[in-house]
Amino acid sequence: MTISVAFSKVCRYYGDIKAVDKVDLSIEEGEFFAMLGPSGSGKTTCLRLIAGFEQPTSGHIEIFGETAEGVPPYQRDVNTVFQDYALFPHMNILENVGFGLMIRGISKNERDHEAEKALQMVQLSGYGARRPSELSGGQRQRVAVARAIANKPRVLLLDEPLGALDLKLREQMQDELKELQKTLGITFIFVTHDQGEALSMADRIAVFNNGKIIQVGTPKDIYQRPESEFVANFVGSSNIVAADYAGLSEQKDTLVSLRPESIKLVDSNGREAIVISRSYMGGSTRLNVENSGVRLNMVIQSNTGLPQDGEKILISWDPEQAHLLSNDQ
Amino acid sequence: MTDSVIYAPQRSSSVSAFSDYCWRNPRMFLFLLLLPPVLWLGIIYLGSLFSLLVQSFFSIDEFTGLIKHEFTLKTYRELLHPANLDIVVRTVSMAIIVTIAAAIIAFPIAYFAARYARGKWKAFFYLGVMLPLWSSYLVKIYAWKLILAKEGILNWFLAELHLTWLLESVLSIPIIGGNSLSVSYIGTCLVFLYVWLPFMILPLQASLERVPVNLLEASSDLGGKSQQTFRHVLLPLAMPGLIAGSIFTFSLTLGDYIIPQIIGSSRLFIGQAVYSHQGIAGNIPLAAAFSIVPIIIMAFYLWMAKRQGAFDVL
Repeated sequence: MTISVAFSKVCRYYGDIKAVDKVDLSIEEGEFFAMLGPSGSGKTTCLRLIAGFEQPTSGHIEIFGETAEGVPPYQRDVNTVFQDYALFPHMNILENVGFGLMIRGISKNERDHEAEKALQMVQLSGYGARRPSELSGGQRQRVAVARAIANKPRVLLLDEPLGALDLKLREQMQDELKELQKTLGITFIFVTHDQGEALSMADRIAVFNNGKIIQVGTPKDIYQRPESEFVANFVGSSNIVAADYAGLSEQKDTLVSLRPESIKLVDSNGREAIVISRSYMGGSTRLNVENSGVRLNMVIQSNTGLPQDGEKILISWDPEQAHLLSNDQ
Repeated sequence: MTDSVIYAPQRSSSVSAFSDYCWRNPRMFLFLLLLPPVLWLGIIYLGSLFSLLVQSFFSIDEFTGLIKHEFTLKTYRELLHPANLDIVVRTVSMAIIVTIAAAIIAFPIAYFAARYARGKWKAFFYLGVMLPLWSSYLVKIYAWKLILAKEGILNWFLAELHLTWLLESVLSIPIIGGNSLSVSYIGTCLVFLYVWLPFMILPLQASLERVPVNLLEASSDLGGKSQQTFRHVLLPLAMPGLIAGSIFTFSLTLGDYIIPQIIGSSRLFIGQAVYSHQGIAGNIPLAAAFSIVPIIIMAFYLWMAKRQGAFDVL
């Protein structure tokens, strides 16, 4: 496997602020890689370091085996889909998409043809003559993607590309981006603060906090085996409880993460709990229950008989589902 | 419940009755708000311009020196007389050169102010640009006359640097050169440039400030080197500011009559021609016809700019 982007001990400081702090990372070619984290966690700065808009304070970045420090953005085989799309307002859609080709001195006929092909890939053929201001948010987003892929980069960077779209459109774009990545076969590096987006789209996820990578792994790894309390809480929601409480008797003072859907409502042989509150969420219902002084969140199917507030219920979980957290974070 | 106080709106004075009326009739309110400025603009401002236009179609009787109030194109024929046409060409050329030079000098300053200057530096920028506007126009021009004169500080400074030969070779260029900078077109141009530069910097800075940084990054990301980003992204987006600034520098140069009178060769500019024709000569129609020239040129300039799409981004 070829490594497309590699970070070794990369730091980016702004005065005293450590935006990116000793990040080690290696992203394989053709991978859909997500950088997930709360705002200010350094994920966007990492993306800008790959694009070349920022230079590392220390450390080393390689893009396809070549040193990236000191290489300007316009010499990198990397293109970016910007958060607010950054379409050129004074050009029409075709000119926007063909911009990179125009810069490279490709004839107007050929670049219009290429731009039209890129627009087709994002289902926007025929929109070439319009101005960015005449398109909806979702359409602009597609144009931004088309403009980046028209350049045929080896790595595509996406900076919160779906952040400004409404839920329905976001889900649709997630599918389309995933499909596009499969068709093109190039590396996608995707920055998001939306854990659902990262879980559903990425091959691998890096979870960022305070400029550091907390955990890297497949979506399943990250969700089922969070290594720290931060990851357990940030990716999905979690009940953080003591190991002995969860039924793992051997570890006394360590904490474990227990996912809400791991807790089941049972008829017998369970722990007794009182329902504190409920929130109905359509297909499922979230219950906040109390069992021997511990508050737990659990999720049950709405089509089963829903318990009332204050009702005594029996709950149970498989201790195997509880995942040990390391103590560092 | 019984002792709770209700704060009902007071409707006693006529002022509040009027304010209520305005709230209910927003169109009437807008009309009242716009009436004074429209009267000013319509009657005093545009009215006098119109009267100027009318004056230019009258003519002067050479024998009596009286104005004949009947429609004629005689004054415009007089305007096309080589001596008068010379004045127009001289003024327009000067205005073009001053505008281009101002744009070239103003761009980096405006770009720095828009992109990099923050806090204290921004205040310093505004102060630096505006400060010259606070002092008297005449004082500044006379100061420049002293700076540029043969015995002036610039000559002395160049002599100290043993660069007198450079100044002399520049001054020996025909037409734009002369005895010293203060009596040459170069001098006139320098002073125009100094006086009108803020009017180019400020609108340019405002338009550059509105260009999002990520557009420049996007261009660079797509392979654009600095000069390509400048040509294809920054310059087109800064065009409205550049046009606004050039309208100031161009029209102010077209109309000025003091700078060419104090600094430069004693050949006339449009402003001086207007001044002398309406004054001692009493030839109001020709003065009016001269005044129409800048208006026509500016109208043509704006029309061209619009056709080139300079205002599309607005």
